[in-house]
Amino acid sequence: MKDHFTMDSPQPRLLDETKQGVIGTPMDRPDGPLKVSGTAAYTADHTVAGMVHGALVRATIARGKVTGMDRDAALAIDGVIDVITDARLTRNPAQGMAGAAPVQPGDAVHYHGQPIALVVAESSEAARDAAQRLEVQYETTEAKVTPDAPMQTETGDPETAGDFDAAWASADAKVDRTYTTPSHVSAAMEPHAAIAEWDGDRLTLRSALQMVRFNKQELADSLGIDPSQVRILSPYVGGGFGSKLGIGPEAVAAAIAAQKLGRPVRVVMPRQTVFDAVLRRSETEQHLRLGATSDGRITAISHDDRVSNLDDEGFAEPTSQASQFLYAAKGLSFTQTVARIAATPAGSVRAPGEAVGMLAFEAAIDELADTLGVDPLTLRLDNLPQTHPMNDLPYSATRLADCLTDGAERFGWSDRWAPGTRREGDWLIGMGMASAARLNMLIRSSARVRLTGDRAIVETDMTDIGTGTYAILAQITAEMLGLPPAQVEVRLGDSDLPGAAGSGGSFGASSAGSATFLAAKKLRAQIARRLGCAEDALTLQDSRARGDNQDAALADLVTDEILAEATIESGKTAESHFSAGFGAHYAEVAVNEWTGEVRVRRMLGVIAMGRILNEKTARSQALGGMIWGIGSALTEDMQSDPRDGHVVTRDLANYHVPAHADVPGDMQVVFLDERDDWANPIQTKGIGELGISGAGAAVLNAIAHATGHRVYDYPALPDRVLAAMSV
Amino acid sequence: MKTTLTVNDQSHEVEHDPRRTLLDTLRDDLGLPGTKKGCDHGQCGACTVLLNGERVNSCLCLTAMHDGDEITTIEGIGTPERLSALQKAFVEMDGYQCGYCTPGQIISATAMLREVADGAPSYVSDDLGTPDLSDPEMAERMSGNLCRCSAYPLIREAIAMAAKADT
Amino acid sequence: MRPFDYHRATDFSDATAGQIIAGGTNLLDLMKIQVVTPSTLVDITRLEGLSDITADGDGLRIGALVTNTALAHDARIRTGWPLLSRAILAGASAQIRNKATTGGNLLQRTRCPYFYDTSQPCNKRSPGAGCAAQGGAGRMLALFGTSEHCLAAHPSDMAVALSALQAEVEIHGPDGATRRVPLHDFYRGPGDRPDIETALDDGDLVTAVILPAPRAGSRQCYRKVRDRASYAFALVSVAGSVRMDGDTITDLVLSYGSVAPHPWMNTDVAGMLTGQTASTDLFKRAADVLTAAPAPHPDTEYKRTLLRRTFIATMRQLTGLSDPRGTDIARSAA
Repeated sequence: MKDHFTMDSPQPRLLDETKQGVIGTPMDRPDGPLKVSGTAAYTADHTVAGMVHGALVRATIARGKVTGMDRDAALAIDGVIDVITDARLTRNPAQGMAGAAPVQPGDAVHYHGQPIALVVAESSEAARDAAQRLEVQYETTEAKVTPDAPMQTETGDPETAGDFDAAWASADAKVDRTYTTPSHVSAAMEPHAAIAEWDGDRLTLRSALQMVRFNKQELADSLGIDPSQVRILSPYVGGGFGSKLGIGPEAVAAAIAAQKLGRPVRVVMPRQTVFDAVLRRSETEQHLRLGATSDGRITAISHDDRVSNLDDEGFAEPTSQASQFLYAAKGLSFTQTVARIAATPAGSVRAPGEAVGMLAFEAAIDELADTLGVDPLTLRLDNLPQTHPMNDLPYSATRLADCLTDGAERFGWSDRWAPGTRREGDWLIGMGMASAARLNMLIRSSARVRLTGDRAIVETDMTDIGTGTYAILAQITAEMLGLPPAQVEVRLGDSDLPGAAGSGGSFGASSAGSATFLAAKKLRAQIARRLGCAEDALTLQDSRARGDNQDAALADLVTDEILAEATIESGKTAESHFSAGFGAHYAEVAVNEWTGEVRVRRMLGVIAMGRILNEKTARSQALGGMIWGIGSALTEDMQSDPRDGHVVTRDLANYHVPAHADVPGDMQVVFLDERDDWANPIQTKGIGELGISGAGAAVLNAIAHATGHRVYDYPALPDRVLAAMSV
Repeated sequence: MKTTLTVNDQSHEVEHDPRRTLLDTLRDDLGLPGTKKGCDHGQCGACTVLLNGERVNSCLCLTAMHDGDEITTIEGIGTPERLSALQKAFVEMDGYQCGYCTPGQIISATAMLREVADGAPSYVSDDLGTPDLSDPEMAERMSGNLCRCSAYPLIREAIAMAAKADT
Repeated sequence: MRPFDYHRATDFSDATAGQIIAGGTNLLDLMKIQVVTPSTLVDITRLEGLSDITADGDGLRIGALVTNTALAHDARIRTGWPLLSRAILAGASAQIRNKATTGGNLLQRTRCPYFYDTSQPCNKRSPGAGCAAQGGAGRMLALFGTSEHCLAAHPSDMAVALSALQAEVEIHGPDGATRRVPLHDFYRGPGDRPDIETALDDGDLVTAVILPAPRAGSRQCYRKVRDRASYAFALVSVAGSVRMDGDTITDLVLSYGSVAPHPWMNTDVAGMLTGQTASTDLFKRAADVLTAAPAPHPDTEYKRTLLRRTFIATMRQLTGLSDPRGTDIARSAA
């Protein structure tokens, strides 16, 4: 077998043939006992001998230049060792998969909140005190900080299919609405942290990161050293959601300081800095135009959007991503504008594109159904495309129709009442639904599997940010090698191990899982040879190998260590087929008619996303996404100052991620059986982002059903619901 | 300055800066990093410990103010080899994802179950006198512990499971 | 935090020799971001006689160090002053309520994000510096009682309930004398010195809150509206205690939270309702009076509508006009 596997054609469904029977099962996470006992060690949990503490200094102007700082006063503070400024300091985290240094602004200030220096001290208290007190002199230049009045705008060419203008002009029923969504933040519970330690010219960095293979390149490039000098360790990450895709300013600063001082340096961002200097999700303004024939055939779809970012950031929230492939139409048109502003830069936050694009798009679809006087479920079912509406590619696998109808039945959709007609006391009750969709990807990944007797070790620099990587790689390996999963050790988050896709874009499990699968498959070939049977006759189960009338215990067969490494990358199937996960979200809400408060009472997600590797961790991912949907629909609202762009809601008291009480106990997830043969050799698709995609829209559509009125500026805060109801 | 603390039944005398929080003392001075720092401002609950038996945010405690006090951290609840009923239930129900808020959730739930048993009311108790362990009650009582992975329904199922096993 | 000297007070006389700390749930928050930078911190948590709830005539004396949890859970409070229990339980989290004290809750500072951000000018932090909230993002700002120097709102839930319950604050002065100040007079508006928030003078120590006798036969309610279902500061809140004779409101006390620099009262509104037959129309007319003043910041204009409607909903609850399913009503057993 060649070392490098390219996904050029569907592969046999080997995991349906293997006999161990652990793939897909709701196995407990092997890392669970460590996590629940506080013994899983996250970055800042480490203390290293001789370690000192760094605190980032925050720029307090929106744009200009640092002309000086009162270093002496800072150094006079007891315990302070150094105030580090360096041309290599970075202004913000790298964008996901950049693989190169983020912008290194030198003494320039590009946004309020930009890290401009690192104060290092013997104690964390002294470092933070001095960083806060440091007097900085600036030369200020004019700054444009709001997307309504930006420094400049860049409008892309429309992406089109068919003739939207003609389709729109001739539509019998139309929805023409503008929606807004605010900035969001990932707000992972673990603040960004790094510990840097040099041994000669070799750097070891512990940091909370999602994509170690890329982060190693980014860190080396930032420091101007060779990647071979860098080792990154990130075995436990306290949540990512996109915020830890790229190397962060805390890591680069820690590395610079540790080298200069010859001592290990730990830098942990205070929560406020996480808000100031970690990539946010852009706010959006979305213009939806949907047209249909009077008998409920969608003919025209246009979804134009304006997002923002700091200058020299390549990322733009792909707002209309799902709108381009969910429903068929004669004419489709999508145009994006990026406003350049001097404010905290934007990047990937869980399901970039779908997470906010579908809030507007799926609400507009609902409104189109209202306009037509048809059931929103029917409208969706009647307009599902046979092929990708923009490029005519066949779908690799889609059970969207099944998800919609299965969900409707389970949720009791047919009992739905007329809008605004059901109440319990002061509460108006409504049901809403939305499609779920999130594109699926395969990203180059390598993994190594080692087998000695009946114990295996999986090694990859893949991360587990809560997604369940430790569990699923153990299950894949156990399934392939016929071992109880407890006999598989999974080693992750070490850049010295084979490089994986990393955790991002929901492609981690499929990509790293496929690499692990392929490595284990190579070991199966070796075992078959040792057993003396054909590879396709081999059965591995309960630590025994059987085939062609041979039968041996792995412990006897593999007395020395055998190992195999495999690499996978996407190939021709990515061009011949379009792969996406699909599902349907249903929600029931209560809206207080006096106060506009919204309570989600129950929610159901029916999801088809290829093979399920672990039913338990997949469910958790889906639930988490759905609850993010609740947050984006109801509570999350990052506010910035309209004059200097600084983040106003810069802590967890002012930025409202959902709390326990925002989430009902009745949150159901149902997986429909599916295999995506064109996606990868294990027939899986990503789950981490599908749960959020469309979930918030189901909540918003339920509000519209409860009250008979729609909110167009999200989130649906109490006052906005009241304003809609008073129309 | 010096402060004596009893942590997980062990007495410690710590020498510290007056600014030291109990959270940083536990994590950096006593080698008990199971208690997590999520916000450092009492806005997330990741740092929850039991202080003389009651749940508090250790980030909002100055070590200096707790001379002689008894603290229980997640390390005092159970070890990977000997998990408490609640810890086992979190594993079984997948009541976590990234695991960062988990020690705080478990400590908080440990205290919450006792508060309910003691008849303490919550904002959502219809009657301020007789609380039960319904899901809305647990949701309100656990709301001081944020979980961005949003394992909330599973966390509460785990708590309910452990509570049931206990009775 | 800036470095400070830590001092543990042993009696009232040395309690006021620096910045007092008790629960610390707001003060440490502010010290960590250097909004408050004391050079001496005085820990009063070991002072004797401040941690009990004792009879005071037909009312209660609540020691300043009684925790929010202990107060909300106290059987006497739950039956005689349920509004207070409910309001406390509406605030913060169980963890914070276990630490926060009665005195500290009254003295907590605004959550105006500009007060919290030392990169922004704030007259409450440094008088004369200016107010960045003017022209800034102001969802959490006040609606009433502001000045051109400060738009900040007081965030407490407990104080709103105490205000509706006509509580008094007991203050130990530097001369050793103790005085009682009605809660309503304890707070002062921002004027041109938003840094001065209370009637406390140098050397004063809040030692207790006095609850007058329970209002026999009253129906009490604390209604809090916020941006998420729990663990969030109020956008608006309404505390009310009403007595009825049939359909007639015989007397009532109302207080409003998160709309002013202190718990807000409006005697005109109370006057309009007293002696009247309860009806939604009446409450709407009263709500118009309550919310007549223009909002001082465009971002708080919504609070006029929200307060108006929350007021009406609360009055409907208190007077039995609404279906109680899913509402937050506490009935007094007294």
